[in-house]
Amino acid sequence: MPEEVLEIEAGDSSLQPIEALDALLGGAGRVDLLTERRARHDLRRQIALLERRLGELFTSAFPRQGIDWRVGALGGPRVLGVAELERVRDALATRLHEARAEVGRRGEIEAQNRGMVEAMIAEPERYRWVLVSNEDVGEPGCRHWHSRPRWGILGMLMGWWRVKLSSGCPLARGLRLLQTGTWPAKRDTLRPPQSIVSLTLA
Amino acid sequence: MREEAATEAGWVAPELREEFPGLALRYLSVDGGSARTPRHVKGRLADLSNRFSGPQAINLRHQPIPWAYRVFYRHIGLDPDEQPTPVEAVALERVKRGGFISRSLLDDALTIAIIESGVALRAFDAGRAEGRLGIRQSEPGEGLEGRPGELPQGTLVIADEARPLGLLFGAIAAGRGVRPRTTRTILTAVQVKGVPDIAVEEAIWLAADVLRS
Repeated sequence: MPEEVLEIEAGDSSLQPIEALDALLGGAGRVDLLTERRARHDLRRQIALLERRLGELFTSAFPRQGIDWRVGALGGPRVLGVAELERVRDALATRLHEARAEVGRRGEIEAQNRGMVEAMIAEPERYRWVLVSNEDVGEPGCRHWHSRPRWGILGMLMGWWRVKLSSGCPLARGLRLLQTGTWPAKRDTLRPPQSIVSLTLA
Repeated sequence: MREEAATEAGWVAPELREEFPGLALRYLSVDGGSARTPRHVKGRLADLSNRFSGPQAINLRHQPIPWAYRVFYRHIGLDPDEQPTPVEAVALERVKRGGFISRSLLDDALTIAIIESGVALRAFDAGRAEGRLGIRQSEPGEGLEGRPGELPQGTLVIADEARPLGLLFGAIAAGRGVRPRTTRTILTAVQVKGVPDIAVEEAIWLAADVLRS
């Protein structure tokens, strides 16, 4: 467990009334109550810290997909007891551990893929038809590197290979019905959005 | 110049105050209910859509207020990845639909205020609430109107002095939310540890300002 988790917050006002009452009553039940409340308080602090770490990892893992971040609910909203808070804490710690391992594993693969891209660019004929996408190197976007023959079949026969870099993601705006209910001519869809708007209004 | 009413502090059951220091409820009662969204509010929502992009949605967890709600969700047995916090729910909607979709004046006011401040806001029909509002645990045999069966004992609810109005961060009791006939609306903000008072005040005023516009 990290050291920060075990830190005790000084001056916790929420515990003071119980401590005072406990001193007055001196009962074993009150001591138990105080101990339990302290335990819950500590567990909540540990949960907060783990949640922060998980959030940091979540952000740093973007845009990698398919990593499970869920921890599971315990049927709230309600006040959880010590055992339930422990379950939440343990589930968070496990999830954090698993997610870190997964991000690390993917990071290694992505580093290998980046190395492969460099090798592909240096010697494209050794990586014929190999395609590496941005996702494979852990970056956002739709760009990809593709080892292809120059001039099609002639390049294949002659061994003229090169790496083509795609131009990125397709435009978000594709062919769609105008408000008039007719499909636009292909040249209209290639105009900037202002042209489409004016066409629609006309 | 319009005279502004002050927000009121709701009550929090003593056992919850001890268990969750920082948990609070603030609310403000404003005239009117919901209505069609005026053009300028739709424009404001569109501007907000342009300002709020995917990376900001991803980075929400790093920001102190959304993080504070996530932590509180964990503390009360909710999983914010299964049931998103209010600000994350709105952000998720923005990412999925490509913009903040205008629904009604009240919904749009809450969306603007939640995204701008990060604070969890709800609205209730003031005409159907009795006395002051607060946060407490449900009692044995108590249910939520419009929902079959009893609530499990100890469920955290937002309540008036007579009955639960809704689950804390969950469903609103049938007939207690804002309806077309509502003439007065209560805007409530749930504050948790780590959410500053000024953010809560700002959230309520933002929503009220949009509602009055």
